[in-house]
Amino acid sequence: MPRVKVARKSTSIDMTAMCDVAFLLLTFFILTAKPRTEDPVQVDIPASSIEQPVPDDNMLMLTVGEGKVFFSVDGNDIRKQTLIQMGEKYKINFTPEEQIKFSGLPVFGVPIAQLKGFLALEPDQRKEFKQPGIPRDTTNNNELSDWIREARKADVALHNKSLRISIKGDNKEEYPVIKDVITVFQKQKINKFNLVTTLRAAPKK
Amino acid sequence: MAELDTSSGGGKKGGKVRSKKASTRVDLTAMVDLAFLLITFFMLTTTLAKPKAMDVTMPDKDEKVKDELAVAASRSMTILLGSNNKVEWFIGEPGKTPPETTSYGKDGLRKVLIENGEKVQQSTGKYMTVLIKPSDKSNYKNVVDVLDEMNITKVQSYAIVDITPGEVELLKRDGNY
Repeated sequence: MPRVKVARKSTSIDMTAMCDVAFLLLTFFILTAKPRTEDPVQVDIPASSIEQPVPDDNMLMLTVGEGKVFFSVDGNDIRKQTLIQMGEKYKINFTPEEQIKFSGLPVFGVPIAQLKGFLALEPDQRKEFKQPGIPRDTTNNNELSDWIREARKADVALHNKSLRISIKGDNKEEYPVIKDVITVFQKQKINKFNLVTTLRAAPKK
Repeated sequence: MAELDTSSGGGKKGGKVRSKKASTRVDLTAMVDLAFLLITFFMLTTTLAKPKAMDVTMPDKDEKVKDELAVAASRSMTILLGSNNKVEWFIGEPGKTPPETTSYGKDGLRKVLIENGEKVQQSTGKYMTVLIKPSDKSNYKNVVDVLDEMNITKVQSYAIVDITPGEVELLKRDGNY
């Protein structure tokens, strides 16, 4: 009986198609990637059924967590201009080097008196540094309200747009802190703002 | 696919001495490995679920001018947010109607809102106004939850208002503060 011969085939597979797909996906993910800004405190944002996405630019966001308020505003030029205006207001002279450092800072939460020291730190140290949050006492002109006002002025001056204001708060944050922030808004006649939420996993009907 | 046609054209016999042609096939395995590694990295670092923005409009708070609109007590509903994810609600003025304690979510607050909204609509022919009063013991999630319920139940007019001491007493009495 003749033995059945199994034809030996090469085990190498044509990788071209796979390579094409892989690079197509890679290109897609690279182009859609947006660097995530690290929050200085853990912020677990609440869920809601709202489906309106957060606007991409022209945003002023206040991150609220652990009883502290952190300030962030989009656009390097706006950040720089805001710092210059704040320096004038508080009689602190920021060097051009500090201005550049500040304009690359996505989010911060230190009193303005400590800002110079904070900017002098190395980026690694800055991450480690426990930021105390921006002071927000109940007087009419607290630092938080000054930051917001100067940022709004800078945006109007540079881009002739009005900033969109939003609050990104932690689930467990006590209401009085949020109320303080809203009070600051209302004193500046900001009656319309956004709350940042995530989409609830399954909308219950 | 990834190789070029290197076969000699035709079957010439005893022709010229040909230089041996090396195969142009490239091993793509390493390249694919690298590509998938990068894909994995970018997939894990991108945020696919974009955060959503909830619009909030606060009533104008002018210290000098008082232009508050009086709302008939019969069609105003007050929601008091207490501690431990408890919420109390009543229709009309505080003290006159006993408040009821309920929870957040579809069986608690949502049901109450829909039922009372219909009731008010039928009896007065106008929509219900909801006053949201978060107490100092409530947290941010509660506020967002209530605002979300307003959107789900399509309550047309609602506002976040400061809580009064009398209403804090109500919460305290029911052990929700």
